[in-house]
Amino acid sequence: MIILDILSWLFIVAGALLGIAGGIGVHRFPDFYSRLHAVGTTDTLCAAMFLIGLSMQTGVSIASLKLLLIFIFLFFSSPTATHALANAALLGGLKPELDEEYHGHCFDRHPD
Amino acid sequence: MILSIAAIAILVTISLALARAFLGPTLYDRILAVNMVGTKTVLLIAVFAVLSGRTDMIDVALMYALINFIGVVAVLKLVEQGNFFTSGEDDQAK
Repeated sequence: MIILDILSWLFIVAGALLGIAGGIGVHRFPDFYSRLHAVGTTDTLCAAMFLIGLSMQTGVSIASLKLLLIFIFLFFSSPTATHALANAALLGGLKPELDEEYHGHCFDRHPD
Repeated sequence: MILSIAAIAILVTISLALARAFLGPTLYDRILAVNMVGTKTVLLIAVFAVLSGRTDMIDVALMYALINFIGVVAVLKLVEQGNFFTSGEDDQAK
């Protein structure tokens, strides 16, 4: 079982590094939408890595089934929350700072 | 050992996200940071459950994931509309 342990360590360390990368990206990126990218991309993979590593630690049991359920739910709900957040910010009138097209213009959802 | 390191890494990530929630220039930055804190809390509870050997705690993590998603969507609706789409005597009074 030493191979399973090492594999689960690799998964958990990858998840920890991705999580910290997301936390740093939230501070380094200049714009709300790019911060959304930093969080939304790393969050799903970080959760997946952690839960796969933890289910390797618990072995085949009811606990790993529950971890799988958390993984399935986060796999669908995290991108949905990110999309809802971006949509609400766009509808709320927050302009993307990095997009030159929107500088000096009033934001218009239907440019034609 | 490795689970303690994982828990510390999650706590570092949560503190970075909390700093963004306090500093955030716009409202949406704060909601984003709170969403991130919620997701990392789910992972922290799961890691703690495996670390302490009490795997029943994973149920708490599952429930927290459900509540976190519903909470973020509800806050977004509140910010977008200004109310919770109530249709009642309050709307007729306006």
